[in-house]
Amino acid sequence: MSAASKVGVMEAVRKTGVTGLFFVRLLGACIPALARPKLIIAQIYNAGARSLIIIMLSGLFTGMVLGLQGYELLNRFGATEALGTAAALALLKELGPVLTALLFAGRAGTALTSEIGLMRATDQLTAMEVMAVDPLRYVAAPRFLGGLIAMPLLTAIFNVIGLFGAQLIGVQMLGVDHGTFWSQTQSAVALKDVTEGIVKSVVFGAVVSLIAVNEGYHADPTAEGVGLATTRTVVASSVMTLLLDYVLTAAFM
Amino acid sequence: MSESASAAVQVPDDAIIDVRGVHYAVDGRPIFSGLDIAARRGLITAVMGPSGTGKTTLLRLITGQIYADRGVVSVFGRDVGTLGSRELYATRQRMGMLFQNGALLTDIDVFENVAFPVREHTDLPEPLIRNLVLTKLEAVGLRGAAHLMPGELSGGMARRVALARAIVMDPEVLIYDEPFVGLDPISLGVILRLIKQMNDALKITSIVVSHDVHEIETIADYSYLLSEGRVVASGTPAELARSDSPTVRQFMTGGAEGPVRFHYPAKDYATELLESPR
Repeated sequence: MSAASKVGVMEAVRKTGVTGLFFVRLLGACIPALARPKLIIAQIYNAGARSLIIIMLSGLFTGMVLGLQGYELLNRFGATEALGTAAALALLKELGPVLTALLFAGRAGTALTSEIGLMRATDQLTAMEVMAVDPLRYVAAPRFLGGLIAMPLLTAIFNVIGLFGAQLIGVQMLGVDHGTFWSQTQSAVALKDVTEGIVKSVVFGAVVSLIAVNEGYHADPTAEGVGLATTRTVVASSVMTLLLDYVLTAAFM
Repeated sequence: MSESASAAVQVPDDAIIDVRGVHYAVDGRPIFSGLDIAARRGLITAVMGPSGTGKTTLLRLITGQIYADRGVVSVFGRDVGTLGSRELYATRQRMGMLFQNGALLTDIDVFENVAFPVREHTDLPEPLIRNLVLTKLEAVGLRGAAHLMPGELSGGMARRVALARAIVMDPEVLIYDEPFVGLDPISLGVILRLIKQMNDALKITSIVVSHDVHEIETIADYSYLLSEGRVVASGTPAELARSDSPTVRQFMTGGAEGPVRFHYPAKDYATELLESPR
């Protein structure tokens, strides 16, 4: 192994260690942070409510594409009545959690990183420390918890709107029977499928929020440093979401 | 007046903050090499020096944000380097700090910024918090700006709000990091007067880090002049003004030539110009 590769590996190991330690400290700070529900609600609003438009629009178009593609494929086998089932399972188990996580990383994750990074750059976090207030408890933990809670809620909204989009195309435009669409969906979707989606969305919410908060908290206190940290948030969150999606899908098989 | 670090170190009995024999380096580059400074109870102690001499680093050592490589930083009689996080936070509650840029929390208004430490450290009822905050804002002349967001304040106003926040918990020690930088003459005069008033009225021990020699000398009870990682002179403003030391004279008069180098260390100018480009 070349010297440069060794340095690269060491740096990767160091960063993983720093993130792991930060996660442990963050979890410790989450317990006292729960005593301040106002801060957490404000962050659910920031990360969740402010992402609603993009989540709803993306959910609608994803569902509409599913309706079109699903109808086209199922029509080859004369099984268009299964469109509701196909759309619901695809949304609940895969597309809902994964696409919401990717959109969440781009919208809320970047906002979290840049906000905390700028707080670091403008000495706000240092000021808290000097005022004997732990910034992990006041800044990082409420934002982590806000993201963790907002993600499953956004995923649920994405799924509902997505299913509505699939129904809009399949039933209203392409003529699939309304009753068949919904009854097939209801009978084919099991609790296990819903659980899989919920577990994925919670895990993705935790990972994306952790990465966003960690990158902001450890950003270099310069304009370039905050910019780079924001980019790292999107890249790391996206890769980790897709990697963990494979792991969780395999685990639920 | 004492000159150079080789002079015998005398620790005043009433020193609230005592920095003794401190060595500190960043990436192998020494910032302090044997620093000795004491801040006495109820007095305004000025720490002056050219840019880059580690004045802000000194404040970070005193507040326990960083630790000395060698030597002792003692606050309220306790070595900051040996305190656990709980004890360090308890020590910090007895101190207030005014940051160079104010460091106000940008997502809450002026009132909430000043109320922030009170809400975090006490369970006082809301009417009492309101009165306390308004009293401190009145002291800095910004009671009428309580509803403004930090982004709506000028630099001088932001620093006055930060001062109100720093004194809201009635600290025993107030630390000012370059409080005069970038202020217009009126704001500068107001801040200067406020520092003196806080010190006189509340009997707060103050440490003011600044390179605005003439402003700080009007209010300081005792001054330290730092250069190249150590104290090169100390004394009352009158003593420093009378000093014959070339370093003190250069700093007090703002001379470009003298013991304090203006140029960052570099190879010979002519040699570098004649070298082929890299």
